[in-house]
Formats: sequence, structure tokens, C-alpha cells
Amino acid sequence: MKTWLARHAQTLTGSLGRIVEHPLAAAMTMGVIAVALALPLFLDVLLQNTRAVTANWNQAFELSVYLDRKAGSERAEELAKQLRARTDVAAVRVVTKEQALAQFREASGFGRALDALDSNPLPNTLVVTPTLLASTPQGTAALRTSVAALPDVETVQLDTDWVQRLNAMLEVMRRVVWLTGALLGLSVVLVVGNTIRLDILNRRSEIEVMKLVGATDGFARRPFLYSGVWYGLGGGLTALGLVAIAVAALAGPLEHLASLYGSELHLRSLRFGSAARMLGLAISLGWMGSWIAATRHIRAIEP
Amino acid sequence: MTSPSMIQFEQVYKRYPNGREALAGVSFKIGAGELAFLTGHSGAGKSSILKLIALIERPTRGQVLIDGQNTAQVSRRGIPRYRRAVGVVFQDHKLLCDRPVADNVALPLIVAGVARREIDKRVRAALDQVGLLTKEKCRPLELSTGEQQRIGIARAIVAKPVLLIADEPTGNLDPDLALEIMRLFKRFNDVGVTVLVATHDVHLLEQFAARRIVLADGKVASDSMTNGKGVTAGEVEAA
Repeated sequence: MKTWLARHAQTLTGSLGRIVEHPLAAAMTMGVIAVALALPLFLDVLLQNTRAVTANWNQAFELSVYLDRKAGSERAEELAKQLRARTDVAAVRVVTKEQALAQFREASGFGRALDALDSNPLPNTLVVTPTLLASTPQGTAALRTSVAALPDVETVQLDTDWVQRLNAMLEVMRRVVWLTGALLGLSVVLVVGNTIRLDILNRRSEIEVMKLVGATDGFARRPFLYSGVWYGLGGGLTALGLVAIAVAALAGPLEHLASLYGSELHLRSLRFGSAARMLGLAISLGWMGSWIAATRHIRAIEP
Repeated sequence: MTSPSMIQFEQVYKRYPNGREALAGVSFKIGAGELAFLTGHSGAGKSSILKLIALIERPTRGQVLIDGQNTAQVSRRGIPRYRRAVGVVFQDHKLLCDRPVADNVALPLIVAGVARREIDKRVRAALDQVGLLTKEKCRPLELSTGEQQRIGIARAIVAKPVLLIADEPTGNLDPDLALEIMRLFKRFNDVGVTVLVATHDVHLLEQFAARRIVLADGKVASDSMTNGKGVTAGEVEAA
């Protein structure tokens, strides 16, 4: 067991040594892997950020409940109290028709025209915020139905269409990221496989000699598997570096853009967990590529 | 001969994919602990016989038994284990030029999964036997051809095989060095290793009392003992 471990450790460092002997070739291979991995990874970071932002929007969802014009402000307060008692409602704000008119006057610039009206045409309104748990499409829809059924409620407005469209779009984006990731992952396997294949052909005579003195295919394959792991690790680390640079380059302009829209946005980079998962994936892809190439080609080499 | 046979060829034929028939019905037996030479012109089938023993090739027809085991029963997966029991010396010695001498000699042990400390001990013992203990850390290309060949021999015997085969081990050497190499084989034979050496160097053989199997056109032409004084002691019928 100790011998076995020692041998593996030796092969591991040995294969690293061999990669370091040809720094340019190794850098090229790792570079190709890095670019292939960085692209879907970067898209994923953008997607995660978009989701984080829209998740906040989901929470900020509100239902506008317009009351019958005959219902006075006491009735509005009464209904508000009734709604606040519900478990799926987080908050209810009463906007009286006077407040609404004042807001409208200010925002629309129709002050004069409004003065010409002999009565306030606006109804009393309740602004209902569902709880976080109820902020799902189904939850808000259910809330809307039951609020609409209350006496003195004229209409309930809930504009969820755009959120649903956005969510659908994000879902499409997510699929695109996955597909790109899968294709580029496949290309990593192929790149590593090809590099290992050339490596094996270069060391053909060495493999022959090893087989002549009784090496199994598995023994002859081992250093190449480790090379694949190193390529994957190197490529993965480089990809993380590339993504970090891209995020840093994009963060400033994006925050500026957000501030112009009066909102605050901080572009989040990769979290540690995702980065670790990503490295694990890169290593497995490298291992897979080298395994496929080494198994085939080493078997074919016979003294 | 009553000693159990180490190598036994029974009506062995070998035809290569290009149509050349290298062996056409070869039969002979070599007992355990024997020293034998395989001679004949180039193309007579010497290399083919060694390749069949090392399982580098398989016979087209007939049987090859090594240490009582029929090689036809050794599967592809079983070949590595089989080869570890047979020491092979090549004419072009097949050393790994990018590794020091000690690593080259250690290769059969590394491949077999022997512990590091044990490897060091046995490598030094093997190098000592071929008289190259001081060259442990050299690269093969820093050594002379004769020394390279001796490294190849050290590698062949480091795993203590019961059978040692050599293909033209003196092919590229001058007569003095060749004699030295042959004496080395004789020494291994003296401690009980079965040794089969293929060589076309007839003059060299005359200095050894050993069995001599002569091949011609893929068949055993003669099988005799030489007494080491250049005189043929007596013909032995081909088995």
C-alpha cells in the first residue's frame, strides 16, 4: 500500500516534470482548455448575476387593489386591516384618492386640467405586498383571485407577464449556457486526447521497452492519465483567472450604467464553491480525454 | 536427458503477415539450467524463436512450452506477468536514454511493483554482477557500446528470471568485449539460470563448452555439443 502510494506520487510529480520540460507546448494546450472553459463559465457568472437581480424584483412584487368609488377611506382602512391578517400578505399600504390625485397632479403636469374636474375621479387604492413565500406566480395569482372576490373591490392589477417573460428568457439563457458548456467541455476532452496521443507517439519506444520488461497497459498508461489531470488543472486555473479579469473589466462600466438608471448593482464574481466545482470538472475532463487516448493508443503499441 | 525442460518447441511454424515463412517445423528441447546457443545465417529463424519465447510473436502452428507452460494459454492480459519471469537481452539493448543507468536497470522491478528499498538493493547487486556499479548515475549515452550492452544484461537479470534469452548480444562488439559478454552469460548459467543466446558469431562459440543448435531455412539443421576447444564432441539428434 505504501509502495503503491509512493509510486503514484512519483508518477504524479514525474508527469508534471515532463510537462514543465516543454513549457510552450503545455501552455498552448492549457490555453486552449482555458478559453474553452472560460466562455461558458463567464456566461454562467452573468446569468447568476441577472438571476440575483431579478430575484429581488420578484420580492418587490405588488398587487394594486382598486376599490369601488363608493367605498370611502374608512372602508379602505377596514379592508387593509382584513388583508394584513392574511398569512400570504406581508404589507398593505393605503393610498387614498386624495393622495393619488396629488401624486398624479405632480407627476403628470395636468394640474390645470384636473382643476377643471368637479370631483376626484380616482378610487381609493390598496397596495398589497405578498410575503416572500407567496411571491411565486401561482401564489400571487391565488392571492389576486381571493382579493378580487372581496366586497367593494373593483379590480386587482397584477402585472406578472413581463416577469414571466423574463424568467422564460433566463431559462433559455440557462439552456444556452449548458449547451455551450457541454460542447466546449467535449472540445476539452478532444484537445487533451490529441495532446496525449502525440505524447504517446513521441514516447513510443519507451512504452515498448516498458512492455517488454513486463509492464501492464495500466502501468504504461498511468503517467499519461496524470498528464491529463495536470492539463485539466492548469487549464481550469487559467480559465478562472480569465473570468476574474473579465468580471473586473466589466464591473466598472456596468455599475456606471446601473447608476445612470438610478439603481445600484454590484457584479458578483465566481463564488468559491462554483470555482472549486469548475476546477473539479476541468480535472475530470482532462482525465477523461487522456484516458480515452491512452487506453486506445497504448494498447496498440506492441513490441 | 532427464532434467525437466525449460524451453520446448514442438513442430513450430511461423509465417509473417508478409508471407515469409521464418520457421518451418522447428522442434527442440532445452533443459532447466542448460546453456545453449542458437546459430545460423541471418534470416534462418533465430530471432523468430526468441520472439516466440518472449511472446512478442505467436506461432502460426505448433506449440511452445516454457517452464512447462504452453504459451498459447497465456492471454493478452497474462503477458506482462509472463514476461517478468523471462529476462531478455536485445541486440540494440533498448535502454531509455533519458534516464540514468540505475533507473533503466530498475525498470522490470518498478513495473512489477517491488518496494523502493528492495529495488535499490537489487539494482546495485545486478550492476555489481556486470561490473558497472560505479556507472549507476550515468546516462546510457555516456557509456561505451559494451557497457550499454552490460546495462541491458543487468536489466534482464535484475528480476532474477529463471530463463535468460539474448538476441545477438555481441553483434556490435569487438572480439574481446564479445568474449567478456559471453563469459557473463556463462556465469549466470553457472548459478542455475537457463540461458539461450542467439548469435552468428561461430568463432566465439568455439571457446565454450555448450550446446549449439544450428538453424537453416527455418528448420533445425544440427544440434550438437561443443567442447570449448573448437572440436565438435558429438552430434545430438534433433528432438
